[in-house]
Amino acid sequence: MTWSSFEQFRAITDRNVLRLQEEKQAGRKVVGQYCIYTPMELVLACEAIPVSLCGTKNDSIATAETVLPRTLCPLIKSSFGFALEDSCPYLAASDLVVCDTTCDGKKKMFELLAQRKPVYVLELPQRQDEEGLAYWQKQLELFKAKLEEHLQTTITEQSLWQAIDLSRRFRAALQKVLDLGKRKPSPLTGLELLEIAFRASFMPVYEECVEELENMAREIAASVIAEDTHKPRILLTGVPTGLGSHKVISLLEECGASVVCIDNCSCYKKVRPLPERQGDPLALLAKHSLPIPCAVMSPNPGRYETVAELAREFSVDAVCDLTWQGCQTYDVESVSLRHFVQDTLSLPFLQIVTDYATSDSEQLRIRIQAFLEMLA
Amino acid sequence: MSQHYAIGIDAGSAQTKAILLDTASLTLLAKVALPTGWNPKASAETACAKLQEHCAKPGTSTIVATGYGRVAIPFADKNITEIACHAKGAAHCFPQADLVIDIGGQDSKVISLQKGGRVRDFLMNDKCAAGTGRFLESVARLLGLSIAELCALAVCDKACTITSMCAVFAETEIIGLLAKGATPGAIAAGVLTSIAKRMHGLAARMPRQGDCVFTGGLAQSPVCAEVLSRELGYPVCVPDNPQFTGALGAALEAARLAKEQKQ
Repeated sequence: MTWSSFEQFRAITDRNVLRLQEEKQAGRKVVGQYCIYTPMELVLACEAIPVSLCGTKNDSIATAETVLPRTLCPLIKSSFGFALEDSCPYLAASDLVVCDTTCDGKKKMFELLAQRKPVYVLELPQRQDEEGLAYWQKQLELFKAKLEEHLQTTITEQSLWQAIDLSRRFRAALQKVLDLGKRKPSPLTGLELLEIAFRASFMPVYEECVEELENMAREIAASVIAEDTHKPRILLTGVPTGLGSHKVISLLEECGASVVCIDNCSCYKKVRPLPERQGDPLALLAKHSLPIPCAVMSPNPGRYETVAELAREFSVDAVCDLTWQGCQTYDVESVSLRHFVQDTLSLPFLQIVTDYATSDSEQLRIRIQAFLEMLA
Repeated sequence: MSQHYAIGIDAGSAQTKAILLDTASLTLLAKVALPTGWNPKASAETACAKLQEHCAKPGTSTIVATGYGRVAIPFADKNITEIACHAKGAAHCFPQADLVIDIGGQDSKVISLQKGGRVRDFLMNDKCAAGTGRFLESVARLLGLSIAELCALAVCDKACTITSMCAVFAETEIIGLLAKGATPGAIAAGVLTSIAKRMHGLAARMPRQGDCVFTGGLAQSPVCAEVLSRELGYPVCVPDNPQFTGALGAALEAARLAKEQKQ
């Protein structure tokens, strides 16, 4: 199906790079971020633009492998390849790049990246308890000071609350669109859900982004849904995906499944609602971001809670766990997740370990088809 | 009443296997195996033609295709994956089975079964040929042997340790072992052990209460089955003609489909 609001969103987001350059020429600062643990609200409070950075395409991997080991995960290689080639316009526009200490591969890659770009390393704890939270809040204070110094601005309590309100509206609008997948059948394909979340993450003007997402949610929600197609409904969980690293979502849907929810940091993990406005805004941001259930956390109870909740809310028939080759944390966590999904949720589970290249597409297709045969 | 036949074709990466069943009684009437070559469609056609020579009475047939070449067989009524077919075929031969280990030409798999031969869960080896028939083929070539000869030699009790997880590097490792004077028998035993260990690594992740069925071409070798069962720590059941298990599963599905359509 086509919707005019979706077409308009595509047309507007096609101009993301141009728009970012215009904003930069008008004096706005740009802060690139690799990870959603970085609270974009702090950047917004500086009246700077938080943007995602490229890292979802296979093209830059060969370049990265002139420096990095081949066995590293494709996400790290792709990101670094873009930096080596200077081919990511968002990275090029960034006045500062925030790098969270998530996994070991990323931490060490950031050291190499720091030779090329002004990098700020945000020290993420690996525990989500009280001590971890206190530590994280302290790190956010340091990050705030760094932003103020680097961008020569002051973040006031008022500007931070305003940024939090904007971010709250952005998350809510994105959630409205992604929640369309709860309908039976989902009006949007998994690939479309991915495309929308991906394009939105590069939009420099957040107010406009909120408006476009709201328009889409409204138009698509009002459209008449064709009769149920009985496609198996899949919850995709695991590593980040974007345009260029969407291979498994495409294969699932080519084989007849409907990916109704994408539980990763490029999609549904972004919409976790912010708590109500109270107390210290920085404490609120720390409390909101630290519980993100990324596999770098140990233990990571939120991963299982989230998968259970999304499986129920999106009425899924099965769970597919995507792991990038070389991503140790997600690969190991998949062992426990398999038991949880099969034994506690009583749902079929498939882990796919792959990279961005298409060389294994046919082998993966067989696994996916066999998995869908199991559900029939 | 005219005769109805059920045909299963397993177009594998190395061999095309086909089976002819009487739809009503599920009696095995004929089986054919030939090299797939570069054209899975042509070899499937040849296999089908050969099977039809065994149809005593004229009649109609339902064809189900499986194997990597299944999509290239336009005359099949249906195609399903080899995972579902191996499960069906193995459960037909051993109704108490709840685990299937298949070592195929280009991938190996462990399938966990629920009642009636339906797939409960499965695991496949990763993006690599080590632990597959293709790997064994390259080792056999290196030693100037056929796969059957290589398996027969593997009775040697002083197996070399082969540690490479990659088929290409394992070949390099073997060349090194040969240079040090290792016998072909010790190398053959080492290679089978390394494949069996990999399969154990996958099989141990699945629950097992009933029988474990070993399918695929390698299961024809009693030595292979023995090495596998030694590494697993429990016996494996091998069907007659284990290389035809996938084709049998496809033929059973064809029979089911024919009965369903008749109703």
